[in-house]
Amino acid sequence: MENVGIITVLGIILTATVRSATPLMFASLGGNFSERSGVFNIGLEGIMTVGAFSAVFFSFKTGSPWAGLLGAMVVGGLFGLLLAFLSIYFKANQVIVGTAINILAASLTTFLLVEIWGRPGQTDNVEYFQAWGPFSLFSYLAFAMVIVSYYVMYKTPFGLRVRAVGEHPRAADTLGVNVYVIRYICVTISGVLAGIGGASLSIGSLSLFKEGMIAGKGFIALAALIFGKWNPIGAALACLFFGFADALQTVATNLPVPKEFLFALPYILTMLAVSGFVGKSVGPAAGGIPYEKGEK
Amino acid sequence: MPAVIEMKGICKSFPGIRANDNINLTVEQGEIHVLLGENGAGKSTLMNILYGLYQPDEGQIFVKGKPVRISNPNIAISQGIGMVHQHFMLVQPFTVAENIILGKEPKKGTTLDIEKAIKDVEEISRKYELKVDAKAVVQDISVGMQQRVEILKTLYRGAEILILDEPTAVLTPQEIEELGVILKSLVSQGKSIILITHKLKEVMSMSDRVTIVRRGKIIDTLNTKDTNIDELAEKMVGRKVNLTVEKEEAKVAAPILEIKGLKVLDSRKLEAVKGVDLQVHGGEILGIAGVDGNGQSDLVQAITGLSKAEAGEILLNGKEITNLPPKDVIESGVGHIPEDRHKRGLVLNYSLAENSILGSHHSKRFRQGMGLSYLKIREYSKKLIKEYDVRTPNEKVMAKSLSGGNQQKLIVAREIDRDPSLCIASQPTRGLDVGAIEFVHKKLVELRDEGKAVLLVSLELDEIMALSDRIAVMYDGRIVGILDARDATEKKLGIMMAGGSSQNAE
Amino acid sequence: MESRMNEIKEDMIKTLKEIAYPLVAILISFIAGGILVYSFGKDPVVAYTALIKGSLGDWNKLGETLVTVTPLILTGLSIAFAFRCGLFNIGAEGQFIIGSIAAVWAGWAFAGLPAVLHITLTLLIGALAGGLWASVIGWLKAKVGSHEVINGIMMNYIAMYLSNYITMTLLNVPEKAYSVEIADTAKLWRFSQAFEQLKYSRLHIGIFFSLIVAVVAYYILNKTVRGYEIRAVGFNPHAAEYGGISVKKNIVLAMVISGLFAGFAGAIMATGVQYRVNNLFGFTGYGLDGIAVALVGNNHPIGVILSAFLFGMLQKGGPLMQIQGIPKEVVGIIQGIIILFVAANFVKVITEQIKQNKELKRSAGKGEVE
Repeated sequence: MENVGIITVLGIILTATVRSATPLMFASLGGNFSERSGVFNIGLEGIMTVGAFSAVFFSFKTGSPWAGLLGAMVVGGLFGLLLAFLSIYFKANQVIVGTAINILAASLTTFLLVEIWGRPGQTDNVEYFQAWGPFSLFSYLAFAMVIVSYYVMYKTPFGLRVRAVGEHPRAADTLGVNVYVIRYICVTISGVLAGIGGASLSIGSLSLFKEGMIAGKGFIALAALIFGKWNPIGAALACLFFGFADALQTVATNLPVPKEFLFALPYILTMLAVSGFVGKSVGPAAGGIPYEKGEK
Repeated sequence: MPAVIEMKGICKSFPGIRANDNINLTVEQGEIHVLLGENGAGKSTLMNILYGLYQPDEGQIFVKGKPVRISNPNIAISQGIGMVHQHFMLVQPFTVAENIILGKEPKKGTTLDIEKAIKDVEEISRKYELKVDAKAVVQDISVGMQQRVEILKTLYRGAEILILDEPTAVLTPQEIEELGVILKSLVSQGKSIILITHKLKEVMSMSDRVTIVRRGKIIDTLNTKDTNIDELAEKMVGRKVNLTVEKEEAKVAAPILEIKGLKVLDSRKLEAVKGVDLQVHGGEILGIAGVDGNGQSDLVQAITGLSKAEAGEILLNGKEITNLPPKDVIESGVGHIPEDRHKRGLVLNYSLAENSILGSHHSKRFRQGMGLSYLKIREYSKKLIKEYDVRTPNEKVMAKSLSGGNQQKLIVAREIDRDPSLCIASQPTRGLDVGAIEFVHKKLVELRDEGKAVLLVSLELDEIMALSDRIAVMYDGRIVGILDARDATEKKLGIMMAGGSSQNAE
Repeated sequence: MESRMNEIKEDMIKTLKEIAYPLVAILISFIAGGILVYSFGKDPVVAYTALIKGSLGDWNKLGETLVTVTPLILTGLSIAFAFRCGLFNIGAEGQFIIGSIAAVWAGWAFAGLPAVLHITLTLLIGALAGGLWASVIGWLKAKVGSHEVINGIMMNYIAMYLSNYITMTLLNVPEKAYSVEIADTAKLWRFSQAFEQLKYSRLHIGIFFSLIVAVVAYYILNKTVRGYEIRAVGFNPHAAEYGGISVKKNIVLAMVISGLFAGFAGAIMATGVQYRVNNLFGFTGYGLDGIAVALVGNNHPIGVILSAFLFGMLQKGGPLMQIQGIPKEVVGIIQGIIILFVAANFVKVITEQIKQNKELKRSAGKGEVE
């Protein structure tokens, strides 16, 4: 009897871990593409927000969750493109632009929420994705994306060029590699992935969009990326770890720790990870520095 | 047979500067052609245009007689033009093979074919006798091998015409000889070579023809064997150049700087300074010669407190300053003209006035009550600007709006006016025009004549030999010899700079 | 003294130049917002008029607007000050929250002190709490190079949960989701107590405190040795180090001062307006709005005051706009657009392109090298 109980609990923790980790994984993989090419994407949070909202919106309009997923990808990609444009063409401070996108995303989604559903807070229920077995469609997709990301980044010419552009853009430029195009592509990809990550939260498990539902996951994904040393597999493992910390909340109701501490735990862990208390990690050398073609 | 490269009527302007003014250049098949000129003359700009990194405002380029529009490096590469840049363009964490194939990667379907890449690299390495380790990570290989990798990058893409921009800046005299051999070998295999340099000796030893560029214009094109160093120098600068510095005999006093057994680690935690003993006396200029990267920069950083001394001691006027923070080192009487004026020497977004107090901004003489008196600060900077002939509309403009030479003059003014006991001058005339160079040299000699100690660190042997009273050579983190300047010859110094043996083992 | 007058004139010209760019960005954003309103079938003129009337229409409305402006000035200063040192103190929100709860505790725990003493103590404790909270971020950045943005965001969440914990346990009012109220002696004096026109507004003397802090911030940054060092570190840490300035010490100092401002903002809200802390379900927004205020104010204390006023107006005018049929969320979107324009340095980049093209034409035609 006791054994069954433990297995059940472990099973609950496992599914909860994967469920929590899934949106993190998408955002983290997206962040990986962006940062590896040399562009900080602090706007993952905002893009996840518009992704989550778009998924619900398009599902609402068409009655199909697949349209919702597609919508999230397109809108996420567009916001990624906006971030890319400001960072690359205007050479704006990437952290500020990312923050601006986060603020804009929050205002825009609230505005549209009120416009379309007539009230703030949350939308109505829409068609969403039912789970396939213990996990949602998105979780399977996330794991597949990890493998695809790893392959693209380390086994293809494109991936080699991305990493070159992130380390020494001028070297790549002198060999005819178009630094700007590569960065635009990578940041847009990060937007698409973050959009899917947002969708995984809205139509992937719930069936609606709620204000503030992203709750900092875009930032935790970034921390996971750093924790995982800018490597798709490392990032995915880190996401699972954070997912685990998050999952503890659901089963820890009878622990002698105040619940606010458990809520805060993922964030505390992130700080420890980012501050190198769990191993040092060095990012792409040209990260965050806008590329000047050098026409003095 | 048409010339392999012809550039006709090339014009290129940047804001405030006409970098290339109606330039005509012809390069013949199979020759080594040198573009000679001072820093900022326009040679690199011209070659960047040939390689497609810049676009000319006017003019045409002909490759093997055919007109071509080279709008990006890919086109240049497809025309058989390759370029090795002054500052290496190597991705540090990548392997040699990955760096060479970047942009022209062999594929198996969608996958990168790394095995083929390594094989191809080893093949051309053999063919051109340029020894490299295809699997080594660039971060860990020597400077000489890095240069060979850069050359292989161009050959891998089928370059027939190679442009090398200041290739000898990081080499010892012996390695420069080896480069000369490599270039002749490439020529015998049908390549044509364009060398950019401002070093007169290399022009004479390595080239067939030389074109002199000055202030964006072509001055002349000569056969190397028909000319000599003095003629080239005069054409390069536009007037008779005095390559020596006027100075009296040194009146040497007690040592002001004493270094004993100093050990310093570099950013990768490897020993960059491996136990150095050194003394600089009042009234003398001690020059440290050496190829870039042999520990000179780390030595200076340790003296000024910017890097940690792992072992040993540093004494200034008998007082220990080892591992004191930069603030205390400055206050003990050390002035420092840094080797990178943009990174260390100036806050580019500060005005000239604010920059002129950097390092002495705590001083009471700039105070008013509890805060700073910008009035006093501006008065002080106006004095410096006048005394040191810094060309600027006023002291309120931002430092970044000044030319390199004037920026350096301000730094020199600031460091010398503080009346230090020891002045460290690191590459003090890098990137300056001849007038500014003469000025800085004059000021350093004046300082020495006042009885101060001057530590000169420079990569230009000519500068070291002209200014110094004694010359120390640094190789691999150690002082391998100290000569009286009167006994020093380029050959002796060159041998020491390469570690004392005339062959370099790679 | 002529030189004194000249110096003041110099400062004023410099200040004007620095706030010019953001002003243009704001103008463009309002036009963009107007287009958005128009596209939803509403009249932009009606919208903007409602915005102005709703925020400045009468004394009480003005008072309420200033109530919002007060903390915005302080959080804007907080972020602007950190920016001057090259730091993005996105953690100002968390410092605000901590300042709030600390002030409420001090306002409740020290009841019985004479008012002037009690208020001073309360505000001081709130500010110090914010400074302490920020020092963690500063220390992590200085010691291990850990990015202040991620740590700041994380500590915002930790602050929220910590505040909730204290609200629901130590300072709890039983059965309620809020804290005890501070003693009367800790409450800031309200204008409604003396002025008839402001009877219905919550305007309090905190507005003066924030203006004073702005002046202090300006003085520290531009007229002291400390400020010289902080700004040098912000522009070029390598040159600062070379000049004998301790980069690490100044990073921590700048973060602490920044945290003091943000904590002070929280304390002022607690002692001037709310008198208690609620169990938070999300961020208060003052810290995050501070980012917008600082950006638009070009990180200059005077710019921040003007910018805070603008954002205060936008927020307070919203409800009246709503009544006119225009959703008040438009305000949020205008804010977002403003930030994007300013972040992109849109105006600066475009004007510099134009300048460069002019220069190019000039030197190409010259045929002479400088």
